[in-house]
Parts: sequence; C-alpha cells; structure tokens
Amino acid sequence: MTTGKKNTLGVAMFAALAAALPFLLTNDYYVSTLILAFLNAIIVIGLNLLLGYAGQISLGHGAFYGLAAYTTAILTTTYGWPMEAGLVAGVLLTVVTAYLIGIPTLKLSGHYLAMATLGFGLIVYIVFNESIELTGGPSGFVGVPRLELFGFAFESDLSYYFLVAGVLTLIVLLSLNLIDSRIGRAMRAIHTSEKAAEVSGIDIAAYKRFIFVLSAGYAGVAGVLYAHYLSFVAPSSFGFHFSVTLIVMVVLGGMANVWGAVAGAIFLSVLPEFLRAFEDIETLLYGGILVLGMMYLPDGIAGGITRLFKAAMARRVPHE
Amino acid sequence: MKAMRAMILLALCLMIATAAAASETIKIGAVLSVTGPASFLGEPEKNTLLLLEEQINASGGILGKQIELVIYDDETNVNKCVLAADKLIKKDRVVAVVGPTVSGNTLAIMNKFPRAKTPLVSCAAAEKIVKPVNPWVFKTPQTDRHAVQKILTHAQAAGLKNIAILTVSNGFGQAGRAVLKELVPAGGMNLIADEVYGPKDTDMTVQLTKIKSLNPDAIICWGTNPGPAVVAMNRVQLGIATPLYMSHGVASRKFIELAGEAANGLMLPAGRMIAVDQIPADHPQQPVLAAYVKDYETKFNIPVSTFGGYAYDALMLVKAAIEKAGSADPSAIRDSLESITGYVGATGEYNFSKTEHNGLDESAFVMVAIENGDWKVQR
Amino acid sequence: MDLASILQYLVSGLTVGSTYGLTALGFTIIFNTTGVINFAQGEFVMLGGMLSVFFMKALGLALVPAIVLAVMVSVAVGAVFERFTIRPVKNASVIQLIIITIGVSILIRGLAMLAWGKDTFALPHFSGMQPIHIGGAAMLPQTIWVLAITLAMLAGLKLFFSSTIYGKGMLACSYDVKAAFLVGIDVRRMVLLSFMISALVGAVGGAILAPLTLTSYDVGILLGLKGFAACITGGLGNPFGAAAGGLILGVLESFGAGFISSAYKDAFTFIILLLLLFVKPSGLFGQASSDRV
Repeated sequence: MTTGKKNTLGVAMFAALAAALPFLLTNDYYVSTLILAFLNAIIVIGLNLLLGYAGQISLGHGAFYGLAAYTTAILTTTYGWPMEAGLVAGVLLTVVTAYLIGIPTLKLSGHYLAMATLGFGLIVYIVFNESIELTGGPSGFVGVPRLELFGFAFESDLSYYFLVAGVLTLIVLLSLNLIDSRIGRAMRAIHTSEKAAEVSGIDIAAYKRFIFVLSAGYAGVAGVLYAHYLSFVAPSSFGFHFSVTLIVMVVLGGMANVWGAVAGAIFLSVLPEFLRAFEDIETLLYGGILVLGMMYLPDGIAGGITRLFKAAMARRVPHE
Repeated sequence: MKAMRAMILLALCLMIATAAAASETIKIGAVLSVTGPASFLGEPEKNTLLLLEEQINASGGILGKQIELVIYDDETNVNKCVLAADKLIKKDRVVAVVGPTVSGNTLAIMNKFPRAKTPLVSCAAAEKIVKPVNPWVFKTPQTDRHAVQKILTHAQAAGLKNIAILTVSNGFGQAGRAVLKELVPAGGMNLIADEVYGPKDTDMTVQLTKIKSLNPDAIICWGTNPGPAVVAMNRVQLGIATPLYMSHGVASRKFIELAGEAANGLMLPAGRMIAVDQIPADHPQQPVLAAYVKDYETKFNIPVSTFGGYAYDALMLVKAAIEKAGSADPSAIRDSLESITGYVGATGEYNFSKTEHNGLDESAFVMVAIENGDWKVQR
Repeated sequence: MDLASILQYLVSGLTVGSTYGLTALGFTIIFNTTGVINFAQGEFVMLGGMLSVFFMKALGLALVPAIVLAVMVSVAVGAVFERFTIRPVKNASVIQLIIITIGVSILIRGLAMLAWGKDTFALPHFSGMQPIHIGGAAMLPQTIWVLAITLAMLAGLKLFFSSTIYGKGMLACSYDVKAAFLVGIDVRRMVLLSFMISALVGAVGGAILAPLTLTSYDVGILLGLKGFAACITGGLGNPFGAAAGGLILGVLESFGAGFISSAYKDAFTFIILLLLLFVKPSGLFGQASSDRV
C-alpha cells in the first residue's frame, strides 16, 4: 500500500469511529467532553508539526487559541458581526499575528525560543486580563452566541460534535498529506540537521515560518469553535498552564506523529474525567503519568503501540 | 463453591441496588472550586455541604426522603466547570445545583440552566449573576456593592474624602474595582489613585509608594489572601499611617495570622459569622451561626470560614424551597425559591422575589476592626 | 515624581528581583551539567519555605534549626528526584527530560498540597520588621538578609566551580559530556550533585524569602517562571548572569509599575525581555557559542 492510500484508509477509519462514537456512549455528557478533547486535538496536531517535524518549541500556543476565541467573541457579540465573518476574522488575525511574531522569534533557538514564545503568551494573557472594556477582564466575556452557519444553528451538543469531528478529520487529512509532500520532507530535513538542510538549498527560515503560522492557524480554528461552543471565554483558559498542557499532549502522544497527537490530546483531555473519582490525588496521578510516560514511553502512546505491535509480530514469526 | 459465593454476592448487590432505588433519594448537585486558586473558598464550602448532608439525612431527610449530594471539583478552571455542570444536568440529573464557587465559572455556566430547567444557587459574589435576573439562577453571598457601601458609609462618617484603591487583577478584584469606581464619586468622594496588583505578587511597595505620594485620606484594598496580607505588611514597612480598609474577601483568621501585627488597626466589612461571640443573643442569626460554627469545628477540627456559610445558605435554601413546595421537582423548586422571604441564614436574611435573586442587603455586613490580633465588631 | 519614591522603587525592585535571581541560580547549576532546564526548580524554593514552616510548627524547632533541616530534606528530595527519574532514562532527549521535570514539579506540588493543605503560611522575619530608612526609602532587614545570602551563595558557587575538583568536573560536563566521561569524570555523580546543589540553593532561597513573600504549596509556579526568565535575560549557564538577570527583571517590573501602569507591569517586563532577545539572542551575559547540539 502506498502512504497516500494508507493515509486515506486511516482517516476513513477515524471518521467512521468518530461518527459512531456518540451512539456507543451511554450518556450525552460524554459528548461535551469529546468536543473539548477534539478541539485540543486540533491544536496539538499543529503543535506536533511544529515541534516534531520543524523541531521548534512554542510555549505560547494558548495565546493563539485565545486570540482567535476572543476575536470572534468580541466581533460577533459586541459589534454584531455575522458569525461567518467573525470566524474568518478570528483565524485570520491569529495567522497574521503568528506571521509577524514569527519573523524575529524563529531566529532564536532552544531555550531562548521557548522563552520568547512563553513571553509572547504571557503578554497576550495580560492583555486579555487587563483590557477590561474590550475583553471583560479576568471574570470573562459572557454571552457569545452559539454557532450558526448559513442559517443552520448548531444548538444541540450532538450537532456541534459532528461539526468538530468533521473539522478534526479534515485537519488530520491535510496534515498527513503535508508531511508526505515536499514541504514535509524539507521539514524533516531541518529537524535532522539545519546545516545539512541549508546546504541542500532549503530556505529554512521560510519553512519554519510556514509551519509556525500553520500551527497557529490550527489553534485559531480550534479557538473560534471553542468560543461559540462554550458561549463564554475567560483568560484563564489560555494561560501558560494550558500551553504547557498542549506540549505535554504532543510529547505523550509521540512527536512527529499526527495520529499520536490526536491520541495524546484525547487521552489527556478525557483522563481527568476518570481521575475525578479520586479528586485529591488527581494531580499526583497526572504528574505520575507524565513522569512514567516519559521515562518508559519516550516515543509517546502512538510509538508505544507501534513498538508493542512490532514486538508481537516478531514473536509470532518463529512459530510459523 | 467459588461460583456459589459469587452468585450470592451478586444477588446481594442487586438487592441493595434495588432497595436504594426504591427508597428514592433527592439528588442535589454541587460544583465547587475545591482545588486551584479559589480553594480557600471551595474547600470550606465542600466541607459544609458534607456536614449538612449528614445532618439532614440523620434528621429524616427532606419530605421524608434522604438526600444525595453529587459534588464535583472544578479546580477553579472554567472548562472543567462547564463539563461538571453538564455532567450534573445530563448524567446525574440532579434537581438543583449549588455553586460554582467563583463568579467567572458561574457566569460561564449560567445560561445552561434555563435550557435544562434546573435551578442554580451560586456561591459566587458578582452582581452580574443576578442582574439582570436569570429566572433559574440565584446567589447567596453578599454583593460587592453592599460591602463597598458599608466601607464608604464608615469612611464618610469619619470625614475621609480622598480615596485611593488597590485591587487584585482577578475576577474578585475586578468586580470590586468596578463598584468602587462607580460608588466613590457617587458618594461625593474623590478617587485619587487606582492601582492594581497581580494575584501572585509578593511585594506591593511600589503601588503603595505611588499612593503615598498622592496623600489620600484612606486606602481601600480589594483582594483575597495572601495579597492583602502583603499589602498590610508593606504599609507598615513604608510607614503609611493612612487608614486602610480591606474587603470581606479577607474575613478569615488566616489573614490575621499572615499579616501578624500589621493587621492591627485595619477595618473591613464582614459577615456576622466572623465574630459569633460578639453577636447579641437576641439577633435572629445568632442561633443559626452558633450551631453551624460548633458543628463545623467539631466535625472537621479546623476553624470555620465565612465562605462556607455561602454553601450552607445555598443548600438550606434549596431544602426550604423543596419543603415549601412539597415537591422536589426542579421547576417547583425554582418557583418556591423565588417566593422565600424572611429566611435567616448564616450570611444574613434572604428575601427573594421575581426581581431579586440575591435577597440580601447591606445589613448582612457588619464593620469590624482588627485589634490585638482579634476582630472587634464596630457599632 | 520625588526622589524618595524613585529610590523606593529601586529598593522594591531589588527585593523582588532577588527572589527571581535566587531561583535563577538553581536553574543554572543543573543546566550547566545536563543542558536541561529543570522546571521543578520553583518547587525546591517552595519546599525550603514550606518545610521550614512545617518544622517550626510540627516539631517546635527554632527558626534556624528548622531552616537547616528543611534545606537538608530538600537536598534529599533533589537527590531522589535525580536518582529515580533522571538517571534511569538513558539517551533521553532534552525535551523528554524537560517534560519529566514538569511532571516531577506537578508531583511535588501535589504532595505538598496533600501534606500541608492549600493555605498560605508566614515565617518570622530573621531580625524583626523594623524598617531601615535609606534616603527616604524604607527597606526591611529581611531584604538585606536576602541580598547578603544571595551574594554569599554566588561567591560560594564561584569558588566551588573554579577551585574544587567536583566543581571543575561539573563544568567539564557542561562543555562536553562525552569528553568529560573520557577523561574519567563520573558524569552520573556530577549530575546527581548538580541536582543536590540546586535543591540546596533553591531551598535556602525559599527559607529566606518566606518571611517577605509568604509561602504556600503553589508559590513555585510563578517563581519558576520568573526564574527562568531571569536566566534567559542573563544568558543561560552563567550564575552571575542569572542573579543579575533576576535583579534587572525585578527593577524593570517595579519601575514599570511605578511609572507606567501596575496592571501592565509584567507585560512591560516581558516586552523588554523579548526585545532584548531579538537584539541579543543569547541573553545579556551569554555567549553565542554556548549552543548545544
């Protein structure tokens, strides 16, 4: 099977599973959990491309998510823009900001890049918090309308779920194709060795910027969908803590692995639902999973599964 | 043998399960910030609910039915709060919800309740929760407006005219700041400084220096621990003699412990629970508070907090509403809540109506000063 | 604006800056031996403060013995941390190690919350709260303690790295781990030692800061963040840069709050930090060649 066919098959299977999931769940409530998990997955795929393929860290992705969410919230609520325009403006503003920030920032590397993106995230967070007239300040922005596109109102959680699942599927498909393209090969080359890539004529800065802007765009898409799902946005959802959680999702899922990103995001978003029963020790378990996961599953959930699968195959061979 | 034992066990389990279903409990939900930045509010609230559940069930439940509380922790996180509210409404199918602890979370989930036709009794302070009135949403804590009025009345009586404010940049501080900026000029006083500090800041000498150079007659600080304790200490460090008012957000022993000697001479509005022993014996709240404080401290072996009182009132109001309606149907509870008047709780006397979903007024506060490391209720 | 106020801003800035600088120092030590930013560094600071409070309350110890015991326990925590989470992972990438330190910080914070609750605690000032006046600015004696102990620790570290065999060994690891190993340096022991020393520096910092800043189970988050920023400002891997970076950030914040807006003081600081990075991508005192591959 060619990679292209494999990808299409994988995406088709994922879409089928996502479509069937609400009917397998015993309770409506889990649909809302899944919506938020899928939104996280959208951001994490982008961050995974950036971290795993382009080798660039960003501790400020929460800010891109927030920028888009606030933009559409403010435009549609305060200024009465049509929903479609709000969504486009939200994503567009995020992408433009990422482009401008990317020019000086991506010249940095390693820990300095981490600091710069972290600083950017914090500045945006402070602006959300302090420009009270515009954003509603720390107690949040209330009354964002539920999503309505071209006359169809996504009133029920189930309809919203299908929308988000559809967007996620598209983003997975887009990302998988991107990796198999020329751009994907260039990105991997940069990750392996910047110098070698440069020598072979790859415009490193342009590629890095492209991926940075693309991943911010994914976060923007998730952000606008988030604002119109929750009908409420507050700065605390887009802070440093969230940006770190996103990185953890990338790493736990497995770097340079789109499916891993999806798995990592869903796993860590749904996990607290199971931990809630333990309440007080929830944070301990969360920390423990991170530490042990990194120690014993260094290539993430996806990598771990692949390895187990390969090991099982290898064991089976002698029997035949 | 083993199979036999398993069968018997299974049968037993089934019997218990059906017995529980038959006795029919009243399921009441709660979503509180038990952990995270607002845990100092959420934890006493949770403890209070657990205490009440035990007491109510021991004394025969409500309308002869036992109650079952389903309590979720939102970790002071708005996403988790939304999920928890969904869970209570859709999965647990509770008849009413108590909480959330903080204003932001309440504002985020409020609009779900009319759709779910379930009443929400919030433990958060912001005025926006009940203004404009959402028919399904009530709240038990005093409004910031009442606290500010109490302070300004006191300041006016003392002839203080030029006011400086120092507020924390979170939901609590933001709400207080908005009311202060409105009421200080409205009361004929001058707002001469408007400074802000971060919730995790550990040094406010810069803001205080700036304020000091403007020579105000009084400083009003709006925040919750530990920030105001630092402000109190920094004020002593800088040798500022200007009177300093605090908000009701620091009305706990913890504040005096943290600020130490620097707490002496500060004034704040607080619920009467803060000094149960100083309430006159004939005050209607006296028996309620004395019993609550004693039971709480016996059960948990930690000092009571005025914040727990918000949850106390929320659950007891729901109980009163169910009893008054003679039904635990969510719509009946809502209608009945709206008709409650003269209910004396831990925080104050509640008088609800179609247009008033907080039901408290300024009298729910007393002005206290801190003297020799203890509260002293002002006349 | 009068001179006394400006002087007060400076004093306040130095006080706050010393808290960042102290945390930043700890970052430097581990970074120098392993190339990893230890995101649990703030937790060592928290442990220093919280354990001191705990030993005073629970064991009835006097202030100084309580602090000594707290620092010793924190050093042990640092050792256990290295031994059980960092050493077992061979060939781990830097990002993997960073995530492990994030996990450990969550664990330590969670344990502290379970053990001591979510309240804030105060530690007594070492020599009273009578402010000292310098040209119209007021300073608490504790600030002088903090500045003096920070300086002493800096001098101690300098001496350690330049004239002890362990210190030199650790420095060697920072230049090239393989080469260090080849010349017979026990790299594993050096890494263990670096975790213990940075736990020591962090815990001492936590104990001397607690009287000024108060302490609770979650103070490590913000201190870790600001400490990291201080390291970057000063240039990674340079202890003097880290301490200076902390003081610079503190003073910037304080002047930002004093002259511009107290609401935007952190934003102001980070904007300057970003501009600095764009102009000088390896911090104020960092060397451009310290790039690790």
